[in-house]
Amino acid sequence: MRSSLGRYALWIGLAILFAALPHIFTSGTSLTKMSLMGIMIIFALSYNMLLGQTGMLSFGHAVYYGLAGFMVVHFINRASGGAWPVWLPFVPLIGGLTGLTFGIIFGWVSTTRAGTAFAMISLGLGELVAACSLILRGFFGGEEGITTNRTRLLRLFGYNFGPQVQVYYLIAAWCLICIAAMYAITRTPLGRMSNAVRENPERAQFVGYSTQMVRFLSFCLSGFFAGIAGALAAINFEIMNFLSVSAVQSGTVLLMTYIGGVGHFFGPILGAVLITWLQSSLSDLTGAWMLYFGLLFIFVIMFSPGGIAGWIMLHEPLARAGLLMRLLPAYLLIAVPVLIALAGIVGLIEFGHHYLVKGATDGTVVRVLGVALDTAGPWPWLISVGLLAAGLILGRRLWPVVTDAWNGASAELKRRISA
Amino acid sequence: MLELVIFSSLNGVLYGMLLFMLASGLTLIFSMMGVLNFAHASFYMLGAYFGFEISRRIGFWPGFVVAPLLVGAVGALVERYGLRQVHRHGHVAELLFTFGLAFVIEELVQMFWGKLPVDYRVPASLDFTAFTLFQTTYPAYRMFMLLVAVGMFVFLLAILTRTRVGLIIQAALTHPNTVAMLGHDVPRIFMMVFGVGSALAGLAGVIAGPALVTQPSMAALLGPILFVVVVVGGLGSLPGAFVASLLIGLIQTFAVAINLSLSDIFGSGGAAIFGDLWQATVAQLAPVIPYLLLVLILIFRPTGLMGTRET
Amino acid sequence: MSAVALSLKDIHKSFGNTPIIRGVSLDVPVGERHAIIGPNGAGKSTLFHLISGRFPVSAGRILLRGEDITGLPPYQINRRGLSRSFQVTNIFPRLSVFENLRCGVLWSLGYRYSFWRFVEGLRDARERTEEVMEQIGMTARRAIPAGVLTYAEQRALEIGITIAGGANVIMLDEPTAGMSRSETENAVELIRKVSQGRTLIMVEHDMSVVFGLADTISVLVYGQIIATGAPAAIRQNREVREAYLGQAEEH
Repeated sequence: MRSSLGRYALWIGLAILFAALPHIFTSGTSLTKMSLMGIMIIFALSYNMLLGQTGMLSFGHAVYYGLAGFMVVHFINRASGGAWPVWLPFVPLIGGLTGLTFGIIFGWVSTTRAGTAFAMISLGLGELVAACSLILRGFFGGEEGITTNRTRLLRLFGYNFGPQVQVYYLIAAWCLICIAAMYAITRTPLGRMSNAVRENPERAQFVGYSTQMVRFLSFCLSGFFAGIAGALAAINFEIMNFLSVSAVQSGTVLLMTYIGGVGHFFGPILGAVLITWLQSSLSDLTGAWMLYFGLLFIFVIMFSPGGIAGWIMLHEPLARAGLLMRLLPAYLLIAVPVLIALAGIVGLIEFGHHYLVKGATDGTVVRVLGVALDTAGPWPWLISVGLLAAGLILGRRLWPVVTDAWNGASAELKRRISA
Repeated sequence: MLELVIFSSLNGVLYGMLLFMLASGLTLIFSMMGVLNFAHASFYMLGAYFGFEISRRIGFWPGFVVAPLLVGAVGALVERYGLRQVHRHGHVAELLFTFGLAFVIEELVQMFWGKLPVDYRVPASLDFTAFTLFQTTYPAYRMFMLLVAVGMFVFLLAILTRTRVGLIIQAALTHPNTVAMLGHDVPRIFMMVFGVGSALAGLAGVIAGPALVTQPSMAALLGPILFVVVVVGGLGSLPGAFVASLLIGLIQTFAVAINLSLSDIFGSGGAAIFGDLWQATVAQLAPVIPYLLLVLILIFRPTGLMGTRET
Repeated sequence: MSAVALSLKDIHKSFGNTPIIRGVSLDVPVGERHAIIGPNGAGKSTLFHLISGRFPVSAGRILLRGEDITGLPPYQINRRGLSRSFQVTNIFPRLSVFENLRCGVLWSLGYRYSFWRFVEGLRDARERTEEVMEQIGMTARRAIPAGVLTYAEQRALEIGITIAGGANVIMLDEPTAGMSRSETENAVELIRKVSQGRTLIMVEHDMSVVFGLADTISVLVYGQIIATGAPAAIRQNREVREAYLGQAEEH
């Protein structure tokens, strides 16, 4: 069975990659970033079990992530110092079970409805829990949150999980398990019927399936994996606060998943990695990071609703036929105006940010590539608008080159298939 | 006690009318376009900030007129160049588009006006006491807000029942999908409805800004409540939105005024089981109540109080 | 007297104050091919929706092989052995032909909502799917997403999904609507083939299809059945001719 060998090769390759990453990116900050990526991959994939697989738009997915995180913090604090015989690597299961429990409770309430009503209930439940998180101080710790110490559980093979690299491997292992498990679920009867419910809920009813039951089970499983992500977050940060159950966290996972692409299993993985990377890299560089995030999301919705994964998979048939290289010149060509326009947008945002936010305290002068520009004067603005306009005009001129290349390659592909 | 009831009722009705200024636009947009506009509260926020900016430079009254128009124009542009492109990808994409828009607007507002509340003041011409009851004063500006809200309500009612456009809108409310068949220029009607809805939200923002707090989180705070209103009232039902607005307004206002907790009523016995929940006063629980109501309504009366459609 | 597969007992249905179905009683024996005809707006599709559980009845009872299925949700009715197709094509557009058919197979083989076994590993499900795919003549199109099939292919797939679960009672709602002559002939052959050994109830406008396929015909006019009988008898029935066939001939 060559194909099954190929399938295993993919997983083994992924495992090797996860194992090797800390040796390639050795710095402390990369380790922190990669740990966070692992957590977000699980979280985004669990979200996509709802949005991408079953067609349920949730605005309150952080509830299961956050509540599990809080539960795990309390659990570790209780079990500390050998009070309970547990090892840290198994603690994420507690989070999973918490997510599952709340998934069952809230899922029972919300999956009776589909579509917009489901989205609204998920929003309502999310706000409900977020509001409670500020009232129930005993469990949520108010604005400060609740801290814990992950090293105080029993040691496993001498590891106490104090160093970040040990936590990274713990997260990586769970990440691998969860990716595999969630991928496996898409290939089971429930997974396939989830797709059917997404595609046509009415028809699914007439082949013997209760759409409500399909949604409910997907919801519970999704809560379970979100709970594991939340537990890993609690272990990683050693603190949980009200933000982790908030609408902001729910919104972040939605944006992340959608940007990555909901139509393909690996889309949310791309989204989680990319957004986490951008978040940590850009938030050091610019104060307007969230604005870029929101604009990227809107851009994807308007021009590439399949997300990054959808865009990649668009090229899959061409790549198989070895026709991808034909597109390369056109893509390189169009990259020029795109980058120019992007520079214009970045200029507008950054100069604006500098002038409006930092201007009052740090002065309005900003240095770009060694040149001092006064954001109170007209030049930075003229340059930015000029770049944006030039990029757009040039892009419009060059766009036919891309469509021609695309059509040419597609026609060639069709010719080869029919031949 | 009577004092509390009277003032809470007044404030509750005021808050409810304010909610209705937003909920009516949201309902119209949803009924006609099928889009639950997540960014609706963001237009309300834009109204407040535009009003603030204009009142700071020229005066309150020019802002009162111009800011809603500006917001309406922004809304129409968003519909024309954003939403219309997304329309072909379906309702989920449209909903997500407005979600992303709300996100971006909040960030932009933070960039332009900072994260802290701005000093949007009640105009001097309205800065006096309307009346005094039981030694408690009631500001004239609040009466003005009430007046504007009621005025808008009457205006909307008149448009819906007395004009041709109103008839088209009513037809769309009861029979979605029929407007196109009647041969009207649907994209233009959509743009208009979206623009007018945004302008109404902007107007609410202009008058609410000085009374409440004008800050970047005001959209995120009000937005979810707004959804509660339209869902509780029944998606697509204007009378339902009206009733639900007043209901939520009154519940919220009264809840904040009540300093009782379960432990005050039943003794402290339950605290062992329910913990902080037992000790929390109704006032503290006030933010939770609308969402509880939303969930209960959706479970037990999926069409909302006065809606006819299941969503 | 053979056993009754489906039995309608004085079914009523109103939307608001408008009665659509006004007292329909009907017994369909096991193994019969039963066609329901009638002018537009007679309530044929509504009747289908009532039987299959898509709409609740206002009054009356529906029995499937003696068991009361009135008021059950569609998936419960389907599990009891009644499967239907739709007048407007109702498939899973982004799933492949194979996947579409397998969705119709899974429940009947007892795989329910399981998420602990791979669908690819289910031999019986695969074999049954292949069998149905062969029957509707779409084996060559197995990997194509259903949404991009031709109209006639989608109609065939619609029938395939309907029969895939092996239900004893099959209901087809205008299976040949919108088809060309040759496509209709193929569809008739397909229906004849797949209804072998089952009870078939269908709504159809094309009289050649009806008279070619049906053992018994019921005529529905304004929410009531005005006649039920063998094709020859229906052709002769004066009331039917006046109410319906006469109109049809004028076209």
